[in-house]
Amino acid sequence: MPIHQTIEGSFQLIGGNFSNAGDASIELKQKLTELGFNADIVRKAAIVTFEAEMNVIIYAAAGWLRYYITPEQLKIIVEDMGPGIEDIDLAMQDGYSTAPEWVREMGWGAGMGLPNMKKNSDVFKIDSVVGEGTTVEMIMYIQ
Amino acid sequence: MKISDVFKEMSLEVKTFKDGVQREVTGGYVSDLLSDVLAHAQEGNIWITLQTHQNIVAIASTKGLAGIIIVGGREPQQETLEKAESEKITILTSPLSAFEIAGKIYQLLQ
Repeated sequence: MPIHQTIEGSFQLIGGNFSNAGDASIELKQKLTELGFNADIVRKAAIVTFEAEMNVIIYAAAGWLRYYITPEQLKIIVEDMGPGIEDIDLAMQDGYSTAPEWVREMGWGAGMGLPNMKKNSDVFKIDSVVGEGTTVEMIMYIQ
Repeated sequence: MKISDVFKEMSLEVKTFKDGVQREVTGGYVSDLLSDVLAHAQEGNIWITLQTHQNIVAIASTKGLAGIIIVGGREPQQETLEKAESEKITILTSPLSAFEIAGKIYQLLQ
């Protein structure tokens, strides 16, 4: 299916609400598959979206995930009203996490989320203000 | 190999979406870290884990996994069962350990 205009979608995420975790990832994956994107982009998009959802659900009070699909790129923006990240370099390290114990027991909070998001996107930008929130922007180019 | 082929070899109980046992299994992945499964499991894999909460269903769904085997005699939570049924994800349980299940499935896939 050819893309003539930007295809958009958005999801509201509520902190602590684990029951909808993955909904954005599953919807975006389905949409990209219908649009005929190659399997590699679909796979990467599903990974980064799920991880982004989890970060809002685990750490923030609430947030939004928005995606924009154009013929050239897929852009995903996640904004949250959360505690913010004090040391972004540290947060980007594989295995570093500030998740509480109960979240780790669920198998989340292994310090893999942000690195996975960076690894699977062509452009990865993160901005954070302590006490206000965090914004992550990810772009995947479509060849 | 299908999930139904695994039954002949070991004790498994199908908890959700019974039709899914006819699905082709391409391989397996063993992990209890959900980000690890997100990053590394492949479509058609059977996922062996001790996690029982509802997020395992969304992981299986977005990764296109063939099914989930919950090991060590653990039981999936009620929300997990409901979600798996509606998302058409096959969940199985076994009293065996992840090591034993993985070993047997690995052999079957050879």
